[in-house]
Amino acid sequence: MPDLRTNTGGIHSPNPFWLASAPPANSGLQIQRAFEAGWGGAVWKTLGIPIQNVSSRFGAHTIGGVRGAGFSNIELITDRSLDINLREITETKRLFPKHPIIVSLMVETESEWRDIIKRSIDAGADGLELNFGCPHGMCERGMGSAVGQEPTVNERITGWAVKHSSVPVLVKLTPNVSNIVPHGMAAQRGGAHGVSLINTIKSIIAVDIDRFVPEPRVGSMSTNGGYCGAAVKPIALHMVAALARERDFKLPISGIGGICNWRDAVEFILLGASTVQVCTEVMLRGYGVVEDMIDGLEQYMRTHDFSTIDQMVGKAVPACGEWGELDLNYETVAKIDASKCIGCQLCVAACHDGAHQCIHPVEGTRVPTVDESECVGCNLCQIVCPVEGCIELVQVDNGQARASWNEHMTEGKPIRPKKGAH
Amino acid sequence: MFSRLRSLAVTLSVLRSMRVPEITSWILSRMDLPLLAHRTESAFTDFKLPLMRGEAIAEATRCLFCADAPCIAACPTSIDIPQFIRKISTDNVHGSAKTIFESNILGMSCARVCPVEVLCVGACVYNQLEQPPIAIGKLQRYATDRAFAEGWEFFEAGADTGKRVALIGAGPASLAAAHELRRLGHACTIFEKRATVGGLNTTGVAPYKMKSDRALTEVEWILSIGGIEVKTGVTIGEQISLADLEREFDAVFVGVGLGSDSALGIAGESLAGVHGAVEWIERMKLEHLDLRAVQRVVVVGGGNTALDAARESLGLGIPNVTMLYRGQREVMSGYSHELDAAMSEGVRIEWQSVATSFGGGNRVERVECMRLDESKRPMEGGAFVLETDLVLMAIGQSKLHAMFATLPGIAFDRGSIRVNADGATGRRGWFAGGDCANGGKEVVYAAAEGKRAAHAMHAEMMGGHAHA
Ligand SMILES: Cc1cc2nc3c(=O)[nH]c(=O)nc-3n(C[C@H](O)[C@H](O)[C@H](O)COP(=O)(O)OP(=O)(O)OC[C@H]3O[C@@H](n4cnc5c(N)ncnc54)[C@H](O)[C@@H]3O)c2cc1C
Ligand SMILES: Cc1cc2nc3c(=O)[nH]c(=O)nc-3n(C[C@H](O)[C@H](O)[C@H](O)COP(=O)(O)O)c2cc1C
Ligand code: SF4
Ligand code: SF4
Ligand code: SF4
Repeated sequence: MPDLRTNTGGIHSPNPFWLASAPPANSGLQIQRAFEAGWGGAVWKTLGIPIQNVSSRFGAHTIGGVRGAGFSNIELITDRSLDINLREITETKRLFPKHPIIVSLMVETESEWRDIIKRSIDAGADGLELNFGCPHGMCERGMGSAVGQEPTVNERITGWAVKHSSVPVLVKLTPNVSNIVPHGMAAQRGGAHGVSLINTIKSIIAVDIDRFVPEPRVGSMSTNGGYCGAAVKPIALHMVAALARERDFKLPISGIGGICNWRDAVEFILLGASTVQVCTEVMLRGYGVVEDMIDGLEQYMRTHDFSTIDQMVGKAVPACGEWGELDLNYETVAKIDASKCIGCQLCVAACHDGAHQCIHPVEGTRVPTVDESECVGCNLCQIVCPVEGCIELVQVDNGQARASWNEHMTEGKPIRPKKGAH
Repeated sequence: MFSRLRSLAVTLSVLRSMRVPEITSWILSRMDLPLLAHRTESAFTDFKLPLMRGEAIAEATRCLFCADAPCIAACPTSIDIPQFIRKISTDNVHGSAKTIFESNILGMSCARVCPVEVLCVGACVYNQLEQPPIAIGKLQRYATDRAFAEGWEFFEAGADTGKRVALIGAGPASLAAAHELRRLGHACTIFEKRATVGGLNTTGVAPYKMKSDRALTEVEWILSIGGIEVKTGVTIGEQISLADLEREFDAVFVGVGLGSDSALGIAGESLAGVHGAVEWIERMKLEHLDLRAVQRVVVVGGGNTALDAARESLGLGIPNVTMLYRGQREVMSGYSHELDAAMSEGVRIEWQSVATSFGGGNRVERVECMRLDESKRPMEGGAFVLETDLVLMAIGQSKLHAMFATLPGIAFDRGSIRVNADGATGRRGWFAGGDCANGGKEVVYAAAEGKRAAHAMHAEMMGGHAHA
């Protein structure tokens, strides 16, 4: 039986699946139900100064009929009183002592940070998460992503939190920056024990084209919101990997952004996350989704002979490089398996209009043919082909030794001539 | 037929005087008896085709993952349907199969034989939208077939409790009970009067849903948990008495199903070519029948067995299949989706008609029939004749209660063994489930009742109430 226990910066969890700081982690009873359903830990909905929320708050991006493939919100931090939240943290810890509760915080001055940290730890917090990420509402007040976008401010506030905390401190990073690395490094310099990323991405999810107002609509107005859900996973994966690859960055990572199932979680872990956090998928379908995450992960670990999560963490990081390091002499061509082809010719259209005009219809059959001398191995045809395993990209032995662009420029290694007339 | 293959008659008297432990080591376990290669049922292919991976994922993605899902409530074994379907959509087929088998160890055969139209699929919220409901049965088959093909193992026997349970009959009810009892750590011995195991799942289910070899594969898979002894060719009440069982075991589960086909009690019933439908179906599934001379069949009855027998006859190439049913469509006990299928395949139905006698020389040649009026009285001038080569009577099966009537405390409701919600009879240590207790329903009910009784037996045995 694989061991799912994890340690993220000194926060121990029975499994890597945490609720992200968001509506599913809004109250004690919710989190208790989540733990019963199998969630390993929870990051409590951000506590801070009292706020007032608006109606409505959420918008959804529908892609190909899938509602909520992308999701957006203009909600702020918790709108429940601090006293009630702290009492519920204590009660939940009493009922679930082995499940870590990480309390997300967002306040302004050092004394506010000191007070709220003390009260959170007294209530039973196993760790803290500093919310430097919220892209709407709070940043206008000098908090949230306003902090996360300024490495020096981030470092200073992280320093305060670490100084006043006796439990591990995670810094939650905003993706609304052009390069995530300086922000992770700032958290590290501030003394953080780990980072969580990503928070939501600045966005306008949709426009109501009959009322001429963006969504979510608050009366006759709207504002930019935070984008999250399945559609943001590629952005989050990149940011997690960018930090994991950075030689000087040593902190553990809690990965967040678009995680919907066990496979998404595995991808984050392979790129360097030791825990993963989920918000939108739980908002859309409830806590029950964790069952698939857990037994899918276990089965994956069995098939790949991993016995602990640690053995998986970062396993794909060494394979993340710069473009200049890729082998320019590695050559592939598309091959169509005629026995599987159903003759839809999507590959013909894609190759002709969107690639290199080298898949051609053949007289007397619906099965197209690839002109391998022209095929550049872009794999567009494989992506559009509806039949699994019908188009494969097969390596061609062109007799050329490995040569990257960097090697070509610095050592003069020969690279193969450009292929194809198009 | 190989249930008669080895006569046990010689050993009967010896056995009757023996205590059970000796008997169990004495009798050959004949689980490994091979099925005939050329069985009549082999002519059938599956009516519902399996899903390929892409189809399964696409269909699974359509499922809404309903909260408090109505499909779960409609499943007698309460499989967490949205959960297992979600796992198919994420390609977590292992987890999906586990979810199914956790609730229903006969999930593989149920995926094929359940009347999903009136159970889970009938309850799917998509029906409300007037859109095709989720193909739950096919998805369940996708996950469970994969589990069988890959040889995944999900269950281990519990720590040995030292308790021993006897189970009468090797049908779905006993198999589900035994598997659950093993997970709880009790030793199990199943006694089966036939040579084949699996009960009606092996001998009764329409071959276009599932053939007997698949049912036997499932039994083997269930038994792979270990610690379940199966003794075939032993009729409880004949070779071994109920008193012996009660003395030797800590608890007894009765899963004997129903008895033989009921007879009409009219002239000509003993003519060659007149069969009980269940008996004929069993032979069709396990033997090679010579049907070359059969051009016409009359099926008497209007239940699901009658509909099965009619559809099977047509499927075997018998061109002229007529059902005789005494009532109208509205009161027919067979499912309307089965009736629609039978009629669209070409089964003719004589509504409000009964057989009054069978005629013929050596073999049956004709059925004398009478049409009934609204109050079920013979209609004036309502007599008619159906020429036929074969008659299958599907008017119900007898109840196997007589032998249990000797045990004080065991009571009956219209011939079925009376049990409480946990499957307990009125006699300590005696539990029952499946067709013999519910009056004759489906495999999935037998599976649910067997499992439920296992937990009640566990509670009773471990609560210190077990009799000496
Ligand atoms: C023709 C037909 C078609 C059917 N088709 C379907 C279908 O498509 N889908 C569906 O869900 N259900 C179907 N059913 C119903 C289903 O098969 C039963 O509900 C189910 O098998 C009941 O399981 P059971 O374990 O209670 O009894 P059974 O399956 O009847 O098993 C009882 C076993 O006990 C044995 N036994 C009896 N007496 C003794 C004794 N004294 N000692 C030892 N052993 C004994 C019998 O030989 C038998 O093997 C069908 C039934 C019939 C008759
Ligand atoms: C409605 C909503 C409210 C959120 N509130 C908070 C919050 O209070 N604090 C916080 O750190 N992140 C908050 N988030 C961001 C999530 O914790 C998470 O980082 C983000 O949604 C990406 O994960 P996902 O794709 O799984 O949803 C919120 C997200 C949503 C959708
Ligand atoms: S989800 Fe609940 S809180 Fe939100 S609008 Fe609907 S009913 Fe109201
Ligand atoms: S897209 Fe795939 S299936 Fe369609 S024609 Fe091309 S190879 Fe054949
Ligand atoms: S009712 Fe239908 S849509 Fe809803 S969970 Fe069940 S199968 Fe899925």
